[in-house]
Amino acid sequence: MEFLFIHGLNALLYSSVLFLIAGGLSLIYGVMRILNLAHGSLYAIGAYVTAWSIGAAAAAGAPNAVLLLLLPAGAIAAAAVGAVLEPTLLRPFYKRPEEYQLLVTFGLLMILEDMLHVIWGPNPLSAGTVYQYFGSVTIGPARYPTYNLAVIVVGIIAALFLWAFIYRTRFGVVLRATSQNMRMASALGVNVNRIYIQAFTIGCFMAGLGGAIVVPGQSAVLGMGVDALILAFVVVVIGGLGSLEGAFAGALIVGFVREAGVALFPEVELAVLYLIAAIVLFVRPAGLFGRA
Amino acid sequence: MTMEKHRPLLRTLAWVIPVAIALLAAPHVVGPFQTLTLLYGLVFGIAVLGFNLLLGYTGLLSFGHSAYFGAGAYTVAFMVKYFKVASMELFLAGSVLISVIISLLFGVVCVRYTRIFFGILTLALSQVLWSLAFKFFWVTGGTDGLRVPTPSLLGAAPLADKMEFLAFQYYYYVLAVFTVCVIIMWVIVHSPFGKALQAIRDNETRAEFIGIRIRRYRLIAFVVSGAFAGLAGALWAPLNGLATPDVLVWTFSGEIVFMAVLGGFNSFIGPIVGAVAFTYLKTYAVGFTVYWQLLLGTVLVVLVLALPKGIMGMVELVIARVRRLR
Repeated sequence: MEFLFIHGLNALLYSSVLFLIAGGLSLIYGVMRILNLAHGSLYAIGAYVTAWSIGAAAAAGAPNAVLLLLLPAGAIAAAAVGAVLEPTLLRPFYKRPEEYQLLVTFGLLMILEDMLHVIWGPNPLSAGTVYQYFGSVTIGPARYPTYNLAVIVVGIIAALFLWAFIYRTRFGVVLRATSQNMRMASALGVNVNRIYIQAFTIGCFMAGLGGAIVVPGQSAVLGMGVDALILAFVVVVIGGLGSLEGAFAGALIVGFVREAGVALFPEVELAVLYLIAAIVLFVRPAGLFGRA
Repeated sequence: MTMEKHRPLLRTLAWVIPVAIALLAAPHVVGPFQTLTLLYGLVFGIAVLGFNLLLGYTGLLSFGHSAYFGAGAYTVAFMVKYFKVASMELFLAGSVLISVIISLLFGVVCVRYTRIFFGILTLALSQVLWSLAFKFFWVTGGTDGLRVPTPSLLGAAPLADKMEFLAFQYYYYVLAVFTVCVIIMWVIVHSPFGKALQAIRDNETRAEFIGIRIRRYRLIAFVVSGAFAGLAGALWAPLNGLATPDVLVWTFSGEIVFMAVLGGFNSFIGPIVGAVAFTYLKTYAVGFTVYWQLLLGTVLVVLVLALPKGIMGMVELVIARVRRLR
């Protein structure tokens, strides 16, 4: 029972982070129909910036409350990078065939991965002080790190916030309109360029937030972005590209399957995930929640 | 009159003969390092040539060709490890067989889709193979990979000196296989089958209306493409000396796409030019800086922004301009 409980919490933890990454990827695809292969690198940027700023502040002797305030730094940095990238690099590609869109983001992935290497060097960065500061709590028969519970809560809040943002605000209406028919929205007076840059920035912010909240629990390492991207792919393929509900459901499925896989069938854990994705694509090409 | 009729042929021969002479003379003119780099380029050239049957001629962007290349390489490694085979011809036959089986299995699923879904699906399936190679380390050696010793060519034992073997015997062997592959691909793309693929690429609906069975044609193209990649993987394994999961991971598929675009996927020889150019570019970038990814990524971004038709597109542009000047 205790065993199941801990694994269940771990799965939720994992799903939260995955939702943040995949939700951003899906939002960007939904609005501008571009599959950003560099999305995982924005998650890595979030992790590195947060780890670095918390590490620097802790070394300067800052109190724990300040360290906690520094957590979102990574998300803001990723959003800023996104806000620069969209108008400069991606905008020329919306009218070009998909091959070129994929290639330019693949090139961007190579560039960003190495930029992290250039700036922070080859060694992992960690922000473990925050993790220790939270300590652990006793839930029923088991002890569990409080920080991990906080991450789960952040994931749920982010999902609710995003849902409210897209379905309950004026900006959300305009965003959905642009996503459904860009030309019509433009003809009705929507500034499509501004919507694109905003959507891309929000997507990058979410990826960065995923990296920022994951980094106290585990270190920021080179290559983490590429690994995360592939799992985010699996999530959006299962849920449906461009669908937020899909990203939510997909993240839960991948989170639980992965946790079960780690415990029960570690050798084929990744293969099972990819196979699930392939089967979903085969049966429902648009994903569980996608509009074909 | 007869001269006029033969002009395209003469024009082709005018550059094929010098290139052939250069390739034949290379090991004797340049050092072993250069020869090996060229050798890698030719091997990748076969893979990208196969890849381009899908991208350039059928209009399908596969982001999972590492699967078939890697399958070819691992087939060689398994044949060495478990069946104690040393003959290169058996390696080639085995690798083509395995990569045809795998691309048939994957292809049946993938060719139901086009565009972005095709790309993601090929990527997801290739990652299945990668994760298996990665996790079943007691079979595949995990990240360490499996050793592939120098094979015997046409039944003859290899030279004792490995460098000499690779730069001479193996080079000419690969060159011969490469030439055969180029000829086969040339015949395929100029056959009625190849024309049908191009019709599918240009307009799926019209192609269906004139009676082309789209899905079957796409599947055949997919399998042929996979077989070329598998063959290249088999040739690559003894050259590299190791079969590692690096050639199964999806970023290697990205490099294959990179090579095709670098050379220009609208032209027949573009992929080969791209593969050789990419190999040189990467070899020198890796030797020049630890941040070679940054360099290559920048090249890729500039390439798709400024030169979407690649090297061959640029060459054609220059030739057209020179002609107009005359």
